[in-house]
Amino acid sequence: MTVQVIGSETQAIKATVVKDASQLRQKRMIADHYKRLSTAREDGRKVIYTFVPGNLTELLGALDLLPVLPEINALQSGMRGKSAGYIAEAEKAGHSEDVCSYVKCDLGMQLKGNVGPTGEKLPDPDALLLSYTGCFTFMKWFEILREQYKCPVLMLHVPYQGDGSITAEMRRYVVDQLRNEIVPALEKIAGKKLDEGELSRRLAASRRAEDDLVKVWESGKKRPSPVDGYFGGVYYVGPIFSAFRGTEEAATYYKELRSEVDLRAARGEGPMTPDGPMGKEKYRLVVEGPPCWTSFNDFWHMFSSEGAVVVASTYTRVGGLYDTGFRHDPDDPYGSMADYCLGCYTNLNLPSRVDLLARYVKEYEADGFLVNSVKSCNSFSVGQLQMMRMLQERTGVPGGFIESDLVDSRYFGKANISNRLQSFFQMVEARRARRSA
Amino acid sequence: MNDPAAPALARARELVEDLDFKHVTGWKAEHPGALVVGHLPIYVPRPLFEAMGCLPVTIFGGGDQLDVVRGDSFFQSYICHLPRSTVELGLRGSLDAFDAFVFPSTCDVIRNLSGMWKMLFPKKAVTYLDMPQNFSPELGGRFYAAELRRVAAMLVSCGAKPLESEALAQAIVRENERQALLDELQELRTKEPWRIRASEAYLATRAGTQLPAADHATLLRELLAGFRERPARAYDNARVVVVGSFCEQPPFGLIRTLEQSGCDIVVDDFQLGLTAIRGPIPLREGEDPLDSLTRAFLVQGTPTACRYVGNAPKGEALLTQIRHHRADGVVFLAASFCDPALLDQPMLEKACDGAHVPYTSVKFSENTAQFQPVREQAGAFGDSLKLWGGGGP
Repeated sequence: MTVQVIGSETQAIKATVVKDASQLRQKRMIADHYKRLSTAREDGRKVIYTFVPGNLTELLGALDLLPVLPEINALQSGMRGKSAGYIAEAEKAGHSEDVCSYVKCDLGMQLKGNVGPTGEKLPDPDALLLSYTGCFTFMKWFEILREQYKCPVLMLHVPYQGDGSITAEMRRYVVDQLRNEIVPALEKIAGKKLDEGELSRRLAASRRAEDDLVKVWESGKKRPSPVDGYFGGVYYVGPIFSAFRGTEEAATYYKELRSEVDLRAARGEGPMTPDGPMGKEKYRLVVEGPPCWTSFNDFWHMFSSEGAVVVASTYTRVGGLYDTGFRHDPDDPYGSMADYCLGCYTNLNLPSRVDLLARYVKEYEADGFLVNSVKSCNSFSVGQLQMMRMLQERTGVPGGFIESDLVDSRYFGKANISNRLQSFFQMVEARRARRSA
Repeated sequence: MNDPAAPALARARELVEDLDFKHVTGWKAEHPGALVVGHLPIYVPRPLFEAMGCLPVTIFGGGDQLDVVRGDSFFQSYICHLPRSTVELGLRGSLDAFDAFVFPSTCDVIRNLSGMWKMLFPKKAVTYLDMPQNFSPELGGRFYAAELRRVAAMLVSCGAKPLESEALAQAIVRENERQALLDELQELRTKEPWRIRASEAYLATRAGTQLPAADHATLLRELLAGFRERPARAYDNARVVVVGSFCEQPPFGLIRTLEQSGCDIVVDDFQLGLTAIRGPIPLREGEDPLDSLTRAFLVQGTPTACRYVGNAPKGEALLTQIRHHRADGVVFLAASFCDPALLDQPMLEKACDGAHVPYTSVKFSENTAQFQPVREQAGAFGDSLKLWGGGGP
């Protein structure tokens, strides 16, 4: 298998393993998208920068607008070993070492010419669509970009589920902003009226993809799990979190992925890893928090080499929480876009996040859960130590805690993380021994 | 000669340094059945709480006077200090007299702390107050009014008086009186910074976050009279604006250090929560006062790092402030790991560069204990402003 890095690059880990058709498809889709972006100006197409959580990809697509996701560019820079230089560039320009490394990586990339992962220059934005779901830093990020690019920001304020639910007022507020401000502003940029039929068709395609993705997640309940729901999972969410939700090619990708996963499950196979097929499944884990992109394969290897598979994770829900029942609805486009924005993982309050994790531990029969706390992301990280305590109390399974960062390699201490993981696996073993005694 | 402002300043300092919130217990004893509502920075609409017979009290953490033991175990090293000492206060029982807690939408840390609080103190009423980042009356305004009604309903369920228009209108009038006095204090400071030091203005203002508006107004009147009456000598110091400490508060010693290093802090944002609305809140005939409160937030809100500025140029408000207060330079004073302030700072610095306004920057934690480097840095900055002159937009 060749492990596909989201983007055009591949890292040949084991030449003997053949790529799945879905992987090849995703690679083509992403390469084509970056190609479209590289010629957007010549082709007269307009470009919107936006964020993963709360993205409105179907709406942008229906208006023939091309999305660029700075978070994805930053994580790709991390995986390609470029983030350290970009962060240094941003810090030289006055940005604090204390703040989000995604922001600094993106700014550094821009200062260095804004060359994307395929080596082609990304076009400047015609507007910045600030979807604001679950993260205050997004607002500051786009205020900074607005200063750089001198283009308008379209703010979609998405209220937080502070009391653990979406109220009618919250939903109405988001729907009304979409209808009265966001859509008219996007129409102006696109130079055409929104075709609501096209939007509904795209939402229907999203729904099909979401159904298939949920089946892929739920396959993690099998023993052995045919998927890794964290390290493998970040590849699975590539199309649906980025520029492709609502397209037929994304729907086809998820259908294909689902049949590949079903086949692996039918054969009793575990997930594929950078080192080839996973050996015997020894530990089933639930993971909270984003991965460390700068040492992604090293990080994954620390788990796979111990027979640890992540059966469910919360990071793979930041761009949409589909396995609790939400689906985009072609018959209620504005309402379901609002529900989508309001329902992303980091827009849930902490008690709801604990509930979700406890549910995953139970339903996926996990042996333990692990928090990877990243320095950059307060939205994720604040409260994780308390969440861990609550989860231990509620589920009885051991919890582990490691610290790293999204794309700042200075915060990835390999030996330290490895030691903590070893201790964690020993805790899981000790619990097993106690239970079988 | 005795300082005529000293007695009131001592009372203000006592309120600011009371980490056991004895004044809250005292207030409750004088107002049986009334609720005390604790809130985190920056802003909550205080008249709403006062109209319901509640005392809103801002919780600024433990500063440099609290030994944080358990609070640290809830937060990673890269998170600011305010939530640590706030959790410490909660766990040591200092906030037991509070009946409800409101966490305004200031940043991701305070937002997540609201959920932590729900889990840590399940018997207390806890809610998150989402301030709109959309300032259209039909969109953000309607949402905000609904948020305020929701919070009011929560307080009623805890035993507060129902929200009534007349009571809210009166609370707004009291708040406007307090605001007028705060403006007076600021005007005096701008005009004669040697007459009222930044540290004194800080105490005078912050004390108000622990008091009903009317009591704060009484204290401010006494202070203003004392400040005006006291003998004062003009110093030839540099005039600076301090920006970035609107949530986690710098240690009092740090403010003193800045003002002793040759800088007159003519304006700052330490207590932004009390000045988050610019000017009086207008009450219109026949209008629901809740709508007045909402409209004031939408159209009179002070630009801050936590408030979306729309497509207006970033830093414009800072440059206006520099002009208005005739400042020579800016001291950026942000708490470590404060995302809003630190992400804002490069944009504000750029605005200063464009207007040829000199600046320097310092980071702190609420429990920072070493002030000598700050003294040297601020001293050198003040000297440079005096030697080569400040800029000015």
